[in-house]
Amino acid sequence: MTFIGILQILAYLTILTLLAKPVGIYLVKVYNGEKTFLDILVRPFERLIYAITRVDTEKEMNWKQYGFAMLLFSVASSVALYAIQRLQFYLPSNPQGFAAPSEHLSFNTAVSFVTNTNWQSYAGETTMSYFTQMAGLSVQNFLSAAVGMALAVVFIRGISRFETTNLGNFWKDLVRGTLYVLLPLSFLAAIFFVSQGVVQNFKPYDSAKLTDARTIQVDKKDADGAVVKDEKGETVQEDKLIDSQTIAQGPVASQLAIKMLGTNGGGFFNANSAHPLENPTPLSNFVQMLLILLIPAGFTYMLGRMVKSQGHGWAVYSAMMILLVAGTATLYWAEAKGNPIFPANVDQTLVGGNFEGKETRFGMAASALFATVTTAASCGAVNSMHDSFTPIGGLVPMINIQLGEVIFGGVGAGMYGILVMIILTVFIAGLMVGRTPEYLGKKIEAFDVQMAMLYVLIFPLLILGFAAVTSISPDFGLTSLNNPGAHGLSEILYGYTSATGNNGSAFAGLNANTLWYNTTLGIAMLVGRFLMIVPVLAIAGNLASKKQVPATIGTFPVNTVLFSILLVSIVIILGALTFFPVLSLSPILEHFQMINGQTF
Amino acid sequence: MKNAISIWDSNIIKQALAGSLRKLDPRKMIKNPVMFIVEIGALFLTVRMLIGLFTGMSGSFAFELQITLWLWFTVLFANFAEAMAEGRGKAQADTLRRSKTETTATIIDADGSQRTVAAPDLRKGDVVYVAAGEFIPGDGEVIEGVASVDESAITGESAPVIRESGGDRSAVTGGTRVLSDWIKVRISSNPGETFIDRMIALVEGASRQKTPNEIALHILLAGLTIVFLLAVVTLQPFAIYSEAPQTIFVLIALLVCLIPTTIGGLLSAIGIAGMDRLIQHNVLAMSGRAVEAAGDVNTLLLDKTGTITLGNRQASEFIPLKGVDAATLADAAQLSSLSDETPEGRSIVTLAKEKYGVSETRTLSDKAEFIAFTAQTRMSGVDLDGREIRKGAVDAIEKYVAAGGKQSPAELREVVERIAKAGGTPLVVADDHKPLGVIYLKDIVKSGMRERFTQLRQMGIKTVMITGDNPLTAASIANEAGVDDFLAEATPEDKMALIKREQADGKLVAMTGDGTNDAPALAQADVGVAMNTGTQAAKEAGNMVDLDSDPTKLIEVVEIGKQLLMTRGALTTFSIANDVAKYFAIIPAMFAATFPVLDALNIMGLKTPQSAILSAVIFNALVIIALIPLALKGVKYRPMAASSLLQRNLLIYGLGGLIVPFVGIKIIDVIITAIGLA
Repeated sequence: MTFIGILQILAYLTILTLLAKPVGIYLVKVYNGEKTFLDILVRPFERLIYAITRVDTEKEMNWKQYGFAMLLFSVASSVALYAIQRLQFYLPSNPQGFAAPSEHLSFNTAVSFVTNTNWQSYAGETTMSYFTQMAGLSVQNFLSAAVGMALAVVFIRGISRFETTNLGNFWKDLVRGTLYVLLPLSFLAAIFFVSQGVVQNFKPYDSAKLTDARTIQVDKKDADGAVVKDEKGETVQEDKLIDSQTIAQGPVASQLAIKMLGTNGGGFFNANSAHPLENPTPLSNFVQMLLILLIPAGFTYMLGRMVKSQGHGWAVYSAMMILLVAGTATLYWAEAKGNPIFPANVDQTLVGGNFEGKETRFGMAASALFATVTTAASCGAVNSMHDSFTPIGGLVPMINIQLGEVIFGGVGAGMYGILVMIILTVFIAGLMVGRTPEYLGKKIEAFDVQMAMLYVLIFPLLILGFAAVTSISPDFGLTSLNNPGAHGLSEILYGYTSATGNNGSAFAGLNANTLWYNTTLGIAMLVGRFLMIVPVLAIAGNLASKKQVPATIGTFPVNTVLFSILLVSIVIILGALTFFPVLSLSPILEHFQMINGQTF
Repeated sequence: MKNAISIWDSNIIKQALAGSLRKLDPRKMIKNPVMFIVEIGALFLTVRMLIGLFTGMSGSFAFELQITLWLWFTVLFANFAEAMAEGRGKAQADTLRRSKTETTATIIDADGSQRTVAAPDLRKGDVVYVAAGEFIPGDGEVIEGVASVDESAITGESAPVIRESGGDRSAVTGGTRVLSDWIKVRISSNPGETFIDRMIALVEGASRQKTPNEIALHILLAGLTIVFLLAVVTLQPFAIYSEAPQTIFVLIALLVCLIPTTIGGLLSAIGIAGMDRLIQHNVLAMSGRAVEAAGDVNTLLLDKTGTITLGNRQASEFIPLKGVDAATLADAAQLSSLSDETPEGRSIVTLAKEKYGVSETRTLSDKAEFIAFTAQTRMSGVDLDGREIRKGAVDAIEKYVAAGGKQSPAELREVVERIAKAGGTPLVVADDHKPLGVIYLKDIVKSGMRERFTQLRQMGIKTVMITGDNPLTAASIANEAGVDDFLAEATPEDKMALIKREQADGKLVAMTGDGTNDAPALAQADVGVAMNTGTQAAKEAGNMVDLDSDPTKLIEVVEIGKQLLMTRGALTTFSIANDVAKYFAIIPAMFAATFPVLDALNIMGLKTPQSAILSAVIFNALVIIALIPLALKGVKYRPMAASSLLQRNLLIYGLGGLIVPFVGIKIIDVIITAIGLA
């Protein structure tokens, strides 16, 4: 760990904290339907959309209506996205002439983008046409984020309203979130990224002559394309001259902005934000990280504002911050320490530690911070290969997701995730002040606990369930593994963790583009998103209908440091207790094996 | 009854031991999902162990036997805790029941004929005749007659009380004894529905219903159990992948250690113990829900008289008018009160003696004639050799003065008003139609009430004093007692309106009452404590009955409610925090054989994998026993702000819950390896 590295992280955290308030205030205005400074530009478009769709935006919905509208919209989105992929060969903007991806890949991708996961079983630049990327994937980047935000807003409304069934209008929340928040911010960010060197065009792929051409050994193939074998049965090698490189192009900057801002994480290129044309400079890297947590941080301020307890908003922010800092510090420490298996005469401090899979233009600290932020926030964009991290370094991203994506979390999703955790915290510890549990003037009762527990249950059910079946299925589960042993288990576990948590980052090392993985990961993403939304909406609806219990000095305080610590403890204990057994067989075991010199 | 029963009463323990075996019945166990899982696990392992014994399939029979036994102990200990709580509650209630069942009753039929039946055969509406020396056969209302009744069986108070038809003293309780005279009682409840019956049912478990908070907590615990079930069930495939498969004994041991058995095993005991603590305070609750609500109360409505003040005004000062000697006033005041047996009158005599040395034992001549207070004159006094001394309210005395052809000085009104403003009651003394001065009668606030109310405020509870006094007087006493608010010149309708207003703001209201006109308010309040001396209507309307008829007890009721909730929260937190240490005991033990590097997680340095797993299971079982006293007594409650309370309890039960098992498991490991059990 270096001084500059720590300073980079501190600068990031400071700027994020400073931005939380203005963003939060803006979010409140947007979702309360108040006037904003963008009205002059955006309001006409908003009116036009309502006029075309004939949505009565004044009519508020109860939780079931809201949920139904949201599900209906998501189903329609999935179908549309599936169709676009399957038909991409016949659709415009396909200069490379890509054919349709397989059914299971298209299903996986459609689900992946609609659920805001952006797990990619494919490499963008060799699979998807520009049209698919822009009209399909990019559009879902906006809409799935807007859906997530709408749900968080509903939950906050549920807490801040009393004795009503009205939770707002889904269509209005969806449109306003997109038009007033996601589009303008993405537009600005895209322009900035272009200034940093991110490409934005519709050209066919370019090719460059290598200054340093070299010869490599490849399998010799005969005229039919079959591998030629010698008399001993071994493949014959031949020399191949590599003197040029294909340089992928495309409308990258526009998709990149929303990929970060909407915590989507689906890269235009397979290398995601490690690709020099998707993340060219340290500054672009810094802004990308900032975009990931911008809206989730703003939501905590919005929470405080809407429930009229700014202290509570900051307490929630602090709890998230504690977890974020702890994760970053652990990851940075583990990576900066380097690989103990290297011989003593290799000085790893020259590069700052374990540098495998990291980009030199970002360095150790910014890679560690990026990995923490992207997994804390269910973004899933990566600027380094998590698979190449040290075991403890790889454990942090995995735990970040397994804790429930509540460390800021995905846009909106993080907010409602942490609110469920708060309800459990208040319920478990709230009794200790000698009153039946209450949260911001609402009694927390059996129904709320039931729904919260349902929410909590889905996570281990999907992650542990699928990973367990996969890990003992040599035919379809283990064949995709690149590594045996503890590291292999980490790869499987990470995959299902990432899908269920709607994160989308990959541990790599796992070939997920198979029928089994595409399907099960797709199911994990679907259930991990939509089945979890149902209890969330139910709690919101139930909370909104409750009477207000006035806060007194005898009420459980939710705006104190103690509360933040308590919330952190409950999040850690619930997550850790659930996943500790399997983690002890994967990254933890791997860590101790590495110390003892065992590799995979 | 008043004495709390010792926790380790041998009789109760004996019964509880038998009870814990009876409770193994799966039909009963299923009410408690956490312990039900443990029982199934134990049953499964028992069968598996026996199969192993006869087929030789077992790995280490001694280990398997011990794990299985300790799982059974875990279930039994939890049952024992519940049985203990029930036993204690029953012991309290049995005293009441015993006196009841042995009674016979004399029914008076509609035609006036009498017949004798057993008390349990009485129906609602029966009229019974109870003569001196007989037990009252059931709860009911006196419809004819006056009698002194010994209620010590239920209140512990030895002084007999008067029960008469009509008015607010008409209710009688089954099991109490008529000491003198006779009464006719209309029975108000069917057998099995009396207060005591209901109370016994609440602690006995047969008809015990889970309270809303208990249900919510059970859902949480069941949810956690499923989470851990998932974690353990999926661990086996992962272990197989890692080429370190586990035996079913180890897996079930891990599961039982992880699921929240501590709170799961003690939850119902905590609830029963809460009811039990109420009985110890001589309060009968009609439902567990009411006890829970007591902890949530935001507003306490307290009757001024008897709760906040001593109930009687006392003379505190003599204020002579101009030109009158203070001693003269004191002398006249005392003369007028010598035969006045009201507490006010006696206090005047005492004050005159203490302050002005006027002897209270002087004898008056035979000619002295005492004039008693009447509703018409609204004065009392004495006629002494033609000298008339009178005392009374200012209006009455002014009329009396005017009748004598004299005039009251303006000063009199001033003094009177000053006293009224200060919250006192002025009593004017006149001698032969000439006003002498004013006696300042003061409401005496009970000692310690101010502190009590300060504590309540710290707990976030607002106190409202209810009084029939005028607003001025009420304000002054409210100020002196330190209550937050008051309701002056209160009628039952006002009281009702106040409760509804508070409830509309989302507040929970508690109140006490005894009269029939209190009944609607008692029913409306979230916690309505009826006085046992009150009318049947009041008792029916409230959800608690205070056998001591002590309105101050409302405060204790609130504390008991809070204590109940806190105990639940504390043990839940403790139980969940415990799991951390158990992981560090069991996980390395499971996998260290295949992966010796994982022994690094064995931070407690437990001897062998078997001893580690066994120690965790034993700790898990023993901690239930160790916490039974806490569950029964409740965690200590101190009135303080929620934030400090939380901090304190989190330190003790949260942090404690993290640390204690590390120490406990290590100690057990040392012991069992020393004596060669593992």
